[in-house]
Amino acid sequence: MEQFLQQLINGLSLGSIYALIALGYTMVYGIIKLINFAHCDVYMIGAYVGYACMTYFHLGLLPSMLIAMAACTLLGMAIEKIAYKPLRNATRIAVLITALGVSMFLEYGTMFFVKAEVRAYPSMTGWMAQSFQVGGVNISMLQVIIMAVTVILMILLQFIVKRTRVGRAMRAVSLDKDAAELMGINVNSTISFTFALGSALAGAAGVLVGVYYNSINPLMGMLPGIKAFVAAVFGGIGLIPGAMVGGYAIGMIETMVDGYGNSLYKDAVVFAILILILIVKPAGLLGKNTREKV
Amino acid sequence: MLEIKNINVHFGVIHALKDVSLTVEDGKIVTLIGANGAGKTTTLRTASGLKKPTSGSILLDGKDITATTPQARVKMGISQVPEGRRVFSTMTVLENLELGAFLRRDKDGIAKDLATVYERFPILADRKRQAAGTLSGGEQQMLAMGRALMSRPKILFLDEPSMGLAPLLVQEIFDIIKVINETGTTILLVEQNASMALQIAHHAYVMETGSIVLSGTGAELSQSEEIKKAYLGG
Ligand SMILES: Nc1ncnc2c1ncn2[C@@H]1O[C@H](COP(=O)(O)OP(=O)(O)OP(=O)(O)O)[C@@H](O)[C@H]1O
Ligand SMILES: [Mg+2]
Repeated sequence: MEQFLQQLINGLSLGSIYALIALGYTMVYGIIKLINFAHCDVYMIGAYVGYACMTYFHLGLLPSMLIAMAACTLLGMAIEKIAYKPLRNATRIAVLITALGVSMFLEYGTMFFVKAEVRAYPSMTGWMAQSFQVGGVNISMLQVIIMAVTVILMILLQFIVKRTRVGRAMRAVSLDKDAAELMGINVNSTISFTFALGSALAGAAGVLVGVYYNSINPLMGMLPGIKAFVAAVFGGIGLIPGAMVGGYAIGMIETMVDGYGNSLYKDAVVFAILILILIVKPAGLLGKNTREKV
Repeated sequence: MLEIKNINVHFGVIHALKDVSLTVEDGKIVTLIGANGAGKTTTLRTASGLKKPTSGSILLDGKDITATTPQARVKMGISQVPEGRRVFSTMTVLENLELGAFLRRDKDGIAKDLATVYERFPILADRKRQAAGTLSGGEQQMLAMGRALMSRPKILFLDEPSMGLAPLLVQEIFDIIKVINETGTTILLVEQNASMALQIAHHAYVMETGSIVLSGTGAELSQSEEIKKAYLGG
């Protein structure tokens, strides 16, 4: 039982990270039907920005995270404007290939500047380095911070999407671009805003992963990126609550396999889930099974 | 007054609109009729700014608006009920109506117009918390019209509002169009139901394969032998 609870806490922490990244995938897919492969690299760059803030400028975790989020917001908007916007009327496969190109550009471009070596995040000090026991389960402050930050960001996101003008515009554009345009909504700036939001969340995830696992490298986005994508598909691609549920589910499954089975299989299990979902319920856990309109 | 002057529209190699000109005077109901694929929807989409013409110009109250965005045109008082209604299906009726007022900031005015829409379409008031996609076809048409009215337009484009509706409902929709016009909104109505459209229109244009081939008052055209044969079933 204790071991189960321990895995649960670990799974929730990892799942938080996946959920934050998955939200970016799902929002962008929801609005322009693009799987933005470059998203996982925005997360990686967020981790580096956070690293720079903490190592060179000796900032705390929270300010570093906010700066990383701001930097990723700009990066995400720039990627959209430079790479995807000119292709708004191109075929989906052309945009997809462009996304792959942007992803590689960011990975190897970053490698050029920071070298391929792994870097260690500064370790936490003070209360953030503490951990405590609850009924035999060991919880670190960092895990608490990760879970709390994630929940706060999700609530904020829900608020933006459900209650604000721009959130309403996002939903309208994702449902019907022409009709949205006829309401007077600026579709281009709404798409740009969606990239901004998703990228900010990825930036936060990057910094949280940096402090949690301590090591970052220019290709660190690839595996978590794919897993977060699986999480988004698992929950129902295009659905914000789906990405949240999917993120936690994938994080949980991965830690459970790791803890009870064999850590060698944990990645394989995640991909097996993707295949299973695509066969059994392609619309995802929270999705309705409708055929995609061409 | 809306003036469309000699516009040409292409989709790749398809020449969809050929030198189309038409005028909609303030306070009038003008209808544009024609068979499938004639270019009626394309005309409205171009006038709303969703499609750029390759040549020609569009004037609103004498001002050239050809290069403006759809947003700017909504602000200037152009509103459209698109073909097929295009309501935001997973959003509620109320959210759809509020989106119609997206560019407005006058809270009191919006509330007042919402009340007017509910008065005109009482069913929307009953269904305001319901997802738009769960409404019937006729209700969705009313929602699309209500939504378009929420921007408080000077001129309202309607693209085949009678499409797929039972005859009784078609009559109701046309009655409402008349009322909307009588309360001061200019109307450009695209229809395949020519007889109904000609009954309420002050002026009418007939379109065939991308060109305007005939125009006249509603009464004139309903008497025309050509029109009777082609569009009114004898
Ligand atoms: N997006 C598009 N791409 C290519 N061709 C198009 C497009 N939209 C319209 N067309 C073509 O332009 C012509 C006019 O189409 P339009 O939809 O304006 O006709 P319509 O008069 O509204 O017909 P209907 O009564 O069936 O709605 C048609 O030949 C159509 O195939
Ligand atoms: Mg049409």
